[in-house]
Amino acid sequence: MTISIRSVEKKFGRYPALNQVDLEIADGELVALLGPSGSGKTTLLRTIAGLEFPDEGQVLFENEDVTFASAAARRVGFVFQQYALFKHMTVAKNIAFGLDVRKGKDKPNKAEIARRVDELLKLVELDGLGKRYPSQLSGGQRQRVALSRALAVQPSVLLLDEPFGALDATVRKSLRKELRRVHDATGVTTIFVTHDQEEALELADRVAILNAGRIEQIGTPDEVHDHPATPFVCGFVGEANRFEGVVSGQRFTAGPVVLAAPNAPDGEAVAFVRPHDLVLDAAGFPARVERVVIQGPLANIDASLPDGRRIDISVARDEAVQFTGEIRLSARRTHVFGV
Amino acid sequence: MAAARARHPTEDPVWAKVLIIGLMLVFLGLVLILPLVAVFAEALRKGLQPALEAIGAADALAAIKLSLITAAIAVPFNAVFGLCASWAIAKHHFPGKALLITLIDLPFSVSPVVAGLMYVMVFGLQGWFGERLIDHDIKIIFATPGIILATIFVTFPFIARELIPLMQEQGVSEEEAAVSMGASGLYTFWRVTAPNVRWGLLYGVLLCNARAMGEFGAVSVVSGHIRGLTNTMPLHVEILYNEYDFVAAFAVAALLCLLAILTLVLKGVLEIAQPDVKRGGGH
Repeated sequence: MTISIRSVEKKFGRYPALNQVDLEIADGELVALLGPSGSGKTTLLRTIAGLEFPDEGQVLFENEDVTFASAAARRVGFVFQQYALFKHMTVAKNIAFGLDVRKGKDKPNKAEIARRVDELLKLVELDGLGKRYPSQLSGGQRQRVALSRALAVQPSVLLLDEPFGALDATVRKSLRKELRRVHDATGVTTIFVTHDQEEALELADRVAILNAGRIEQIGTPDEVHDHPATPFVCGFVGEANRFEGVVSGQRFTAGPVVLAAPNAPDGEAVAFVRPHDLVLDAAGFPARVERVVIQGPLANIDASLPDGRRIDISVARDEAVQFTGEIRLSARRTHVFGV
Repeated sequence: MAAARARHPTEDPVWAKVLIIGLMLVFLGLVLILPLVAVFAEALRKGLQPALEAIGAADALAAIKLSLITAAIAVPFNAVFGLCASWAIAKHHFPGKALLITLIDLPFSVSPVVAGLMYVMVFGLQGWFGERLIDHDIKIIFATPGIILATIFVTFPFIARELIPLMQEQGVSEEEAAVSMGASGLYTFWRVTAPNVRWGLLYGVLLCNARAMGEFGAVSVVSGHIRGLTNTMPLHVEILYNEYDFVAAFAVAALLCLLAILTLVLKGVLEIAQPDVKRGGGH
């Protein structure tokens, strides 16, 4: 199912939650909506789901205008951050809910529903837990139940709102892989909301980065990381050292920091340098190593500039020995944006 | 461990505990226990027989019956209203919501006597609809319908007030989940919303029932105190007391107390029985 969002606007009172949002999602794609809290990502997801209706603009499913169609009519599967499982129903009843509500000839018979529930429990590796109640499950298990409940209706699109937000780090990682596996197994177009860039970059085919109700950039994880379109994306996705300074004759200067800025127009600018793009260079700008922290195969170096500001450097662990005392640095790659 | 004797950081010294608990017990004893004991002692002063006779008297039985009928109509009415109102308030947005919440609380803030008088003003002989009601031979004031109306008014907030915070706390995501899977509004209400508040509803029904049977002020104004016809149990107690028939008055009062105690016991049983609410299960 392809999904098109066209010039969607939504206000809550006077506060604009979505501002001229355009987004095209291809059939079978796994897309992440990434942004800080209040960026409008959840509102956008709920607008696609039919749980909110936009003030302006259109939502199209496969070229059919569903802007004001109900969630049920759109056949979406929605997974809520806090699971929203029905507490008084067993796991099996929860998963079967979307089939149980159907009427007449659309409603599968009991045996069929039971078979489908078993199938879904297997898919999310919860076989045999159908008779439990949600309160008897762990957080990760509840989220799996929520996922299979959403898949039970064979949705045209699967929507997940911060699906791993309430889980601890280990469970998050394993559920991430699981979602990818389920997505690949079912082929259902999937959109999920997250504020965790690592999650978005690891899991999604494409990432849409939202800020203040606008989409700043849409692209593959590599694109948004390596070719950020705006200063916001550069600062939000991946680690970055940020400098405010001036470009003059293809050189960016901010106090002691001098960076190459090819093709950047003269004038005030902000520059971002990723920690792993900083290298030792006798002709570079001076810095002083304050602390070296080993993290697995990497060494994270905390250094100070002559004017007292701090910068982060990240290198392979073997190279860390060269980072002692006074050093000189240059950047392999710099992202410069005029202001 | 030597530290076993040390106080828990949040625990008070012994003298403070004794003082606070003692004060509370004295207060409870004077205000609650002693009067309760007095009611039963007075009722049984001349033995069990006179007390049972007083309760078995025709007028007393009529009063008991009227009280039960009143509760049997007022409580279900308020249960339905409470469910509707709390559902509307907790799960939906609409203009005038704050006003509705305030209106639901009105019976708590208005004196029951005033509530009774309001009904007399509207439905009484000299009231707005008085003549029309007489023309159609409908009697509301000084009759059972008036008593039921007054009771409904006074017990209006109990169930709604119990359910609104509960539903608000539960949020709307379960309902949204149900709707997104194709459930209709009514189906969602019966299968998702109502089961989630069933304990709160039962609790509210119990409180509402206790108040419905015990209501005095509003009912006193609209009843007309016709023995054997429009006297509820509390009104009957007052009449007997005013006639210096203390044993009979306290015997009926004791029966009311027993009903109240039964309500509290049921409430306690409910609190133990509700499995998931206390543990916050499901979230």
